[in-house]
Amino acid sequence: MATLLSPPRHYLNDGYGIKSWLLTRDHKRIALLYLASVTVFFFIGGAMAVLIRLELATPVGDLVSDETYNKLFTMHGVAMIFFFLIPAIPSVLGNFLIPIMIGAKDLAFPRLNLLSWYIYVVGGLFSLYAMIAGGVDTGWTFYTPFSTVSSTTQVVPTALGIFVVGFSGILTGLNFIVTIHRMRAPGMTWFRLPLFVWSSYATSLINVLGTPVVAITILLVAAERVLHFGFFDPSVGGDPVLFQHLFWFYSHPAVYIMILPAMGVISELVAAGCRKPVFGYTFVAFASLAIAVLGFLVWGHHMFVAGESVYSAMIFSVLSFLVAIPSAVKVFNWTATMYKGSVSWETPMLYAYGFIGLFTIGGLTGLFLAAIAVDVHVTDTYFIVAHFHYIMVGGTIMGYLGGLHYWWPKISGRLYHEGLAKIAAWIIFIGFNLTFFPQFVVGYLGMPRRYHAYPPEFQVLNVLSSAGASILGVGYLLPMAYLIWSLRYGRIAGSNPWGAVGLEWTTTSPPPTENFAQTPVVTWDAYEYPAPVETHVA
Amino acid sequence: MPPLFPERASTMAYRVDNLYFFLLAITAFFALLIAGLIVFFAVRYRRRAPDAVGERIHGNLVLELAWTGIPLVIVMVIFVWSTSVYFAMAKAPDETLNIYVVGKQWMWKFQHLDGQREINELHVPVGRDVRLITTSEDVIHDFFVPAFRVKADVIPGRYVSIWFHPTKPGRYHLFCAEYCGTRHSGMTGEIVVMDPSEFQAWMSGGAPEGSLASTGAKLFADLACNTCHRPDAQGRGPVLDGLFGRSQALQSGETVTVDEAYVRESILNPAAKVVAGFQPIMPTFQGLVSEEQLLALVEYVKSLATQPQQPPTARPANGPAPGENTPVKK
Amino acid sequence: MLPDAVEHHHPALAHQFDSLEQQKEAATLGMWIFLVTEVLFFGGLFLTYTTYRHLYPDAFAAASHELIVWAGTINTAVLITSSLTMALAVHAAQTGNRRLLVLFLIVTMILGTVFLGIKAFEYYSEWEERHVPGLNYAFDPRYYRHAQIFFSLYFLMTGLHALHMIIGLGIMAVMLRWSIRGTITPEYFTPIEISGLYWHFVDIVWIFLFPLLYLIGRHAHV
Repeated sequence: MATLLSPPRHYLNDGYGIKSWLLTRDHKRIALLYLASVTVFFFIGGAMAVLIRLELATPVGDLVSDETYNKLFTMHGVAMIFFFLIPAIPSVLGNFLIPIMIGAKDLAFPRLNLLSWYIYVVGGLFSLYAMIAGGVDTGWTFYTPFSTVSSTTQVVPTALGIFVVGFSGILTGLNFIVTIHRMRAPGMTWFRLPLFVWSSYATSLINVLGTPVVAITILLVAAERVLHFGFFDPSVGGDPVLFQHLFWFYSHPAVYIMILPAMGVISELVAAGCRKPVFGYTFVAFASLAIAVLGFLVWGHHMFVAGESVYSAMIFSVLSFLVAIPSAVKVFNWTATMYKGSVSWETPMLYAYGFIGLFTIGGLTGLFLAAIAVDVHVTDTYFIVAHFHYIMVGGTIMGYLGGLHYWWPKISGRLYHEGLAKIAAWIIFIGFNLTFFPQFVVGYLGMPRRYHAYPPEFQVLNVLSSAGASILGVGYLLPMAYLIWSLRYGRIAGSNPWGAVGLEWTTTSPPPTENFAQTPVVTWDAYEYPAPVETHVA
Repeated sequence: MPPLFPERASTMAYRVDNLYFFLLAITAFFALLIAGLIVFFAVRYRRRAPDAVGERIHGNLVLELAWTGIPLVIVMVIFVWSTSVYFAMAKAPDETLNIYVVGKQWMWKFQHLDGQREINELHVPVGRDVRLITTSEDVIHDFFVPAFRVKADVIPGRYVSIWFHPTKPGRYHLFCAEYCGTRHSGMTGEIVVMDPSEFQAWMSGGAPEGSLASTGAKLFADLACNTCHRPDAQGRGPVLDGLFGRSQALQSGETVTVDEAYVRESILNPAAKVVAGFQPIMPTFQGLVSEEQLLALVEYVKSLATQPQQPPTARPANGPAPGENTPVKK
Repeated sequence: MLPDAVEHHHPALAHQFDSLEQQKEAATLGMWIFLVTEVLFFGGLFLTYTTYRHLYPDAFAAASHELIVWAGTINTAVLITSSLTMALAVHAAQTGNRRLLVLFLIVTMILGTVFLGIKAFEYYSEWEERHVPGLNYAFDPRYYRHAQIFFSLYFLMTGLHALHMIIGLGIMAVMLRWSIRGTITPEYFTPIEISGLYWHFVDIVWIFLFPLLYLIGRHAHV
């Protein structure tokens, strides 16, 4: 329906019918295809989390059998990591925004982009098959020889699913790198790029360099299971710890794939929410690259108790301390951005504050783990579980939700209900902390992870955690509801409802298929407020 | 109100906890600092008009250097402190009470040198350095005693050694801390730390089949190892007397220290590190001996060493630790 | 401000690009990045190989001796020659010589097929010799287990390489079709160039595989 504010022709109504979506080359439509698929996996992984926390409310394993529990935490990890956290921000927000933010009509390789989505779907189908056909119980980490010799579950289909979905990430990363190098509009120099583009670039570097290694590693696991090759089986002369090196060489950088895009989102939210440039733009940009590079050098910190030599452990320890520094630099710069800003309290900004605080805690607890002497005590306990959930849920998911809310008007042309959104943000924040903070305590007390039943003295903390999880669950359902509701009943959004600076806010909401009526020529820096072009404050 | 840290029942526990508290303090400081600043700025600079913008401040080099440099110094302090504690953890003292541990799905098997066997429960004396030599029969497990702050993966195909010095009699949780299959959360046990005199009494309850080394001696004969490994150097294999703990030159030109791992490897994969001057004719015993039989053979070879340093026996060389007289808690 | 849809309206120019030059640069950069990912993909296997060769040198040498060296040598020569013909094809495309382009593409494809044929022959012989882990494996008891690791790596690495060759042949078939149809011109021969990059890469992987797998300890007697 065309109104005075909503443009007559935009990417959402440019062609109807299922074929126009399933065969689209438009990066914006592909972003929405991804939005649908990652959301499906988020709720699958979330359902498993609910069952896990329900079970853990009592010390005895009385809800599900131990076999089932082992499958639950494995599939929770696989679904969340490979099918939600890694693809979500790059494939949804990155796909939608990067071409627009740099002033291009599309990514460098639109058909490759569509192929990446189909590859994701195929990988997802393998994993779903594995879940339905009985599940897999190796942990998302697939340690050998349990995964190759001992487990009797659907290891191979899951491994194939992960193998396939990895290529989706590789191709997306490739697409982003070429796009950012070659498709910037006239005048859009590297140091005028929004920081979200810098973060996406750093993420893509990791994606492209790291994912092939996990692909071959998981292929080796599948080959060993099916053909009994023996790379990781000590009874044949193989080395089970070699698997861990190969696995963590990717899986540590993978966690930076999960957090860097969220950091990019936060830079955008903080700049727009304070209406001033991000403090220390150049430092923040280079910090992203530093995190990407250093992230490849620290994998051994997952193996401090796994039989590493003392000297390699020391090297990994010092490097792990160093990788914390660029993240700290970012946190300080974001906080400094708020000084003398025009600070908004709208929902996207609330998610940004939440991110900065929770990521700080999660990141600082990483120092505990870089310190080998403490890591020896807390590794493989709930301390670790709390640490990575603070970063991935308190960090990445908050960044994702903040970004989704911030760019929702641009993506959909509609405004969501701000009051409900604020309430949901608070519920998520409170629920999150109640769920995961007690886990630091119970972890240091010695409760191991991946335990179906535990000694009764750990129960109080577990009950707190499970209570928090139920609140968090409600918090996540709310955005689903009101965002979908807004598609039909939300107020129409103007091109720049936030009064923000950025190329995406100079085009209509929703944008036309080719993004801009005319290719922009950029003569201003990334966050030059007040906006150099006329904006509509809705 | 649950405690915030487990009991401290080993010498290491204090050192680890102190480092932990320092880290907690740093975390609390910076988390509160950032949270406080965010809240303060959000309130103080709250947007007052719909089109108000912030002040165009691009950055400050001094601040950047400060908040890069200061965290760098802090983490380096933590690194140095942590590494010194880690070195102490990683290097066992010279004289230890050795006990063998075999992990398997889903139980812990303990083997004292004098032949005592235990399942899922390990008795150790307070006030002594105890070294556990561990291996797995199947998949990777992990030996974790929170009260001692000690943890190590127990890996099939190799020996991993950990040590601790218990300081308080009592019963402490033992957990498997590396996911190992269906009953991973059931692979738990207890470490029972006893006064030295009570430990003595418990040990002399004894093992009917004799010490581990004597079991190994019997196996050595049963498996006919003694036909090639003869003490009079007439056999086709190297002499094993006085060998354990020494350096050995290999066919390849490298040298190797004859430790538990080398003895185990030579039984399972004899062609891997052949001693200089000998032919690679020893058959492999892979699949013919269990992990526990391997431990017995290793102990037997160890017992043939004639060096001044005798492998410690069950009788403690020191007296009870000072001030420790409390009976074992149930 | 540059109004769109004014620049060259070359039929091969995709809508997201402003010029053929930009399109070519993007395609080339894209292919190079893809090849980097392939290096890391094979790299994991090379790392595994290096680890185990270091641990079990004698078993690896004994197993390597069982491979058919003359077949591997011929294959090496075949692949190197095919890289030459591929480079000549690119040059022909650049100079607009359609006949030569088609000819060199066909020769490249023939050489690639020869490679695969010889590889198939080798695999069949190895199956007859019972060197296939997981299927019918048997070996000298001294090195039985560790040679199994060698053969596992051999089949996995050469198999993955052969898969890349097959994909390469598919790409060449498409290039052949485009060349015959006249889609490739001196202004637009980017597809030939980047296909050439891919082909050279597959060749280089083999250059590493061959000595590592076939030539262990060949100068010494068993």
